[in-house]
Amino acid sequence: MSEGIRPICMPKWGLSMKEGKVAGWLVDEGESLTPGDEVIDIETEKISSAVEAADAGVLRRCVAQEGDVLPVGGLLGIVADESVADADIEAFVTDFQANFVPPEDDDDEDGPATETAEVAGRQIRYLTKGEGGVPVILIHGFGGDLNNWLFNHDALAAGRAVHALDLPGHGSSSKDVGDGSIGFFADVVTGFADALEIEQAHLVGHSMGGAIALAVARAAPAWVASLTLIGSAGLGGEIDGAYLEGFIAAERRKDLKPHVEKLFSDPALVTRQLVNDLLAFKRIDGVTAALGTVRDAFAPGGAQAEDLRAVAGTVPTLVIWGAGDQIIPASHAEGLGDGVDCTVLDGQGHMVQMEAAAEVNRLIDARVG
Amino acid sequence: MARTVTYQQAINEALAQEMERDETVVIMGEDVAGGLGTDGERDAWGGPLGITKGLYGKFGDRVMDTPITESAFIGAAVGAATSGLRPVAELMFIDFMGVCFDQIFNQAAKFRYMFGGKAETPVVIRTMYGAGLRAAAQHSQCLYPVFTHIPGLKVVTPATPYDAKGLLIQSIRDNDPVIFCEHKALYTLEGDVPEEPYALPFGEANIVREGDDVSIVTLGRMVHVANEAAAALAGDGIECEVVDLRTTSPMDEDTILETVENTGRLVVLDESHPRCNMATDIAAMVCEKAFDSLKGPIKQVTAPHTPVPFADTLEDLYIPDAAAVQKAVKAVMESSK
Amino acid sequence: MQLSKDQLLTAYRTMRTIREFEERLHVEFATGDIPGFVHLYAGEEASGVGVCMHLEDRDRIASTHRGHGHCIAKGCDVDGMMAEIYGRKDGLCAGKGGSMHIADLDKGMMGANGIVGGGPPLICGAGLAAKQLGTGGVAIAFVGDGGSNQGTTFESLNLASVWNLPCIFVVENNGYAESTSSKWSIACDDAADRASGFNMPGVVVDGHDFFAVYEAAGEAIRRAREGGGPSLLECKLNRYYGHFEGDAQTYRGPDEVKKLRESRDCLALFREKVTSAALVDGAELDAIDRDALSLIDGAVSKAKAAPPPGAADLLTDVYVSY
Repeated sequence: MSEGIRPICMPKWGLSMKEGKVAGWLVDEGESLTPGDEVIDIETEKISSAVEAADAGVLRRCVAQEGDVLPVGGLLGIVADESVADADIEAFVTDFQANFVPPEDDDDEDGPATETAEVAGRQIRYLTKGEGGVPVILIHGFGGDLNNWLFNHDALAAGRAVHALDLPGHGSSSKDVGDGSIGFFADVVTGFADALEIEQAHLVGHSMGGAIALAVARAAPAWVASLTLIGSAGLGGEIDGAYLEGFIAAERRKDLKPHVEKLFSDPALVTRQLVNDLLAFKRIDGVTAALGTVRDAFAPGGAQAEDLRAVAGTVPTLVIWGAGDQIIPASHAEGLGDGVDCTVLDGQGHMVQMEAAAEVNRLIDARVG
Repeated sequence: MARTVTYQQAINEALAQEMERDETVVIMGEDVAGGLGTDGERDAWGGPLGITKGLYGKFGDRVMDTPITESAFIGAAVGAATSGLRPVAELMFIDFMGVCFDQIFNQAAKFRYMFGGKAETPVVIRTMYGAGLRAAAQHSQCLYPVFTHIPGLKVVTPATPYDAKGLLIQSIRDNDPVIFCEHKALYTLEGDVPEEPYALPFGEANIVREGDDVSIVTLGRMVHVANEAAAALAGDGIECEVVDLRTTSPMDEDTILETVENTGRLVVLDESHPRCNMATDIAAMVCEKAFDSLKGPIKQVTAPHTPVPFADTLEDLYIPDAAAVQKAVKAVMESSK
Repeated sequence: MQLSKDQLLTAYRTMRTIREFEERLHVEFATGDIPGFVHLYAGEEASGVGVCMHLEDRDRIASTHRGHGHCIAKGCDVDGMMAEIYGRKDGLCAGKGGSMHIADLDKGMMGANGIVGGGPPLICGAGLAAKQLGTGGVAIAFVGDGGSNQGTTFESLNLASVWNLPCIFVVENNGYAESTSSKWSIACDDAADRASGFNMPGVVVDGHDFFAVYEAAGEAIRRAREGGGPSLLECKLNRYYGHFEGDAQTYRGPDEVKKLRESRDCLALFREKVTSAALVDGAELDAIDRDALSLIDGAVSKAKAAPPPGAADLLTDVYVSY
């Protein structure tokens, strides 16, 4: 009966998401979808984004309506071919709703849980999704954590293992950042890969994470299957030093929010919860000091210390930038030469992998094969 | 790494981590270990509700049982704070302030000003407050407004395990005297708390729920009552913004004014008695500073002007509940149409 | 306990400075230039000095509303004290404390105290800190006969004993709690009798006799420093002035103070003792008298000329940070 019927369900963005609110459908009932099309806008207390179509087909039913709050896994809509009978779709919906059990509040066992690897005496938290293939390692930027890949991790994990880690000093990893240099972090990434016995990997780095990926490729080009550099550091001198300074110094919501808003093209995405989560991280003992150490090594005096442009293209390299990036200018994507594919997305900012997740996922997917 | 712990465990963990970090941190109070001088178990209690249980085992003589002598040991904590220690004194029930208040408000609170800025008194007085345990008139009061009234004291009223840990660590590191008020009905409340130590700054209210129709400004246990009411009201199409003060001194006036400017309607919810409490204080402040933003009169939801009663029927009537908050919110909506 | 000549001169200088300070305040207060209340220590000097002569900066004292003498004995700056009493910005407490709240924590002076019985709990804490931090310091609370009846004092005696703290409780029994006789208000014969109930030594000394106080305090302090626990020392003495300045003292006998000044003046007794034993030459003491007079003259004129605190000072120093 349910053959050819594919539900669109409330996604789980990040480990703590329990429910989401329908902000609005982006596609009308009866329209055709191709995979990657943005179908419905969902708001959570942390972040808002669009759910993309996973399958081709017709949006046959918008089950949830604007304003509805659904638990993770709840039925949003139905995609099916034209040929499927309305009665079958009705039956599927009735059956789904009758059998749907929302996940228990403190039951995270249904989703993947983070794990911890020990690298050079430090605890490194990471999250693995998918399996097989040449694995992908996702490396976040300064002040970020593995949740920066919220809208990418699942999509990329279809068909391969994808590991997102928290760098030292970030997320839930140890707060000791050594000398805080790009080289230090590159060694951590290499050590992390060794701990997971990864023989070759595609590296995807955002911002400072891009510079780290470049440094890994410089040290071990054969080990790196490809580089994807998103709003990347390491490709030029300029960086918004005031952002780094402000991010470290801010102790309260009000002080932090304007800095975080610079990361996004749509400042409305910076919800109170997002700011609170960043503050909760920054307030952990040792974090501010660690971030200060990193800043001093990575961008002393408000300019990037390490020039890794020559590394780009030594392995297959994809560069993605938001044209309106306020942290590291998109002009750094220019003139990178052979072996480097560049895509600059109009109207996007520094967190382009979150705000234009569908496009970024498609580009990475094409690159890593 | 965050995991789920209780409010009580969060407090214990904050104490343990700060004692680990700084050896000048000491704990004193009645039965904070327990069993001293008996033939039975040492560390028998960890306070009457077991909040400090296990700390004696880890820190030995830095966890000091006292005779039942609040004036002397609260005063000793204050004196020790001016002499190089960072004492955390446990005043078992906030109601017992009556037998040691001089040492708090005439001594600790005054030193810095009275001595021309030369004194630092980094003392924390942890104390449990609030109704709901059938503990009657002398063990159930919400006396934080009394402390809030006194310049020189800081007053903290955490509503969640996360806030309890972060605010207690801040209290211990703070160089001013802090009254740390723990609602006894929250001790078993669970929530996500990072394992690592972290300090939450004072004077930053938490917006625990966003909404555009009515602001409910509250604190302590009442935050959860407000949330319950707000969830029910959302079903009626009324979106409440719930603001948890977290600290009453310093008080985050900016966040209160901002939420009132956003919604234009205010309900103040406070478990303490209605005269000279946080509700009256906030209502007056908003009237003075954001009157033009108000679309209608402010409503206060508080306990009645009676001692806390004993019988469960009476105490249940006494404590402000979600129904009372819903009624007030609807009244505010009605009067501001 | 044998005192060197230098120590004798220091003791006399400190007592004389206190006396001069208080006598001068009595005069200046009457002019109306000094705000608020002052409670004078004149007549009681041997007690504060006899105790504090044993102390160092690491040792702490908590005082009473009648605190000028303790401050001077513990090393507080006389100019700063006088400026404070005049409510001046460069007073020891920036003009925010006044006579009843003079403190200098760097000198181990935890404050005069406007609350009778306010000090004893505080010194339990100071004693605890000394013990916990291993400084070897001791902590001393001065209370009057009035304060000796406060619950805080009893509680502190008990706690200090239970915790075996390096604390000494000095009861300066000047016979009057405000206008009420200590013979009436203290239920036992001597306040020191109470020590036995707290399992600590209780000693009564003649508080006009510097040497008696010095010796008894020395023994209590030595014991405390060595970990022997707390003691109670009662100094029987007299005040030459009222409870506060302006007190008509109608509760005192007609010639009571006159007789006390003639027969029970700690300074005269000291002078007689040291000169008759030929330990110190009278001329040296005369020189100290002149020094003290000019010191206080200077302090008063500096205080009178000093600027008061201004509007900008009103709101500062309530908190370390807020």
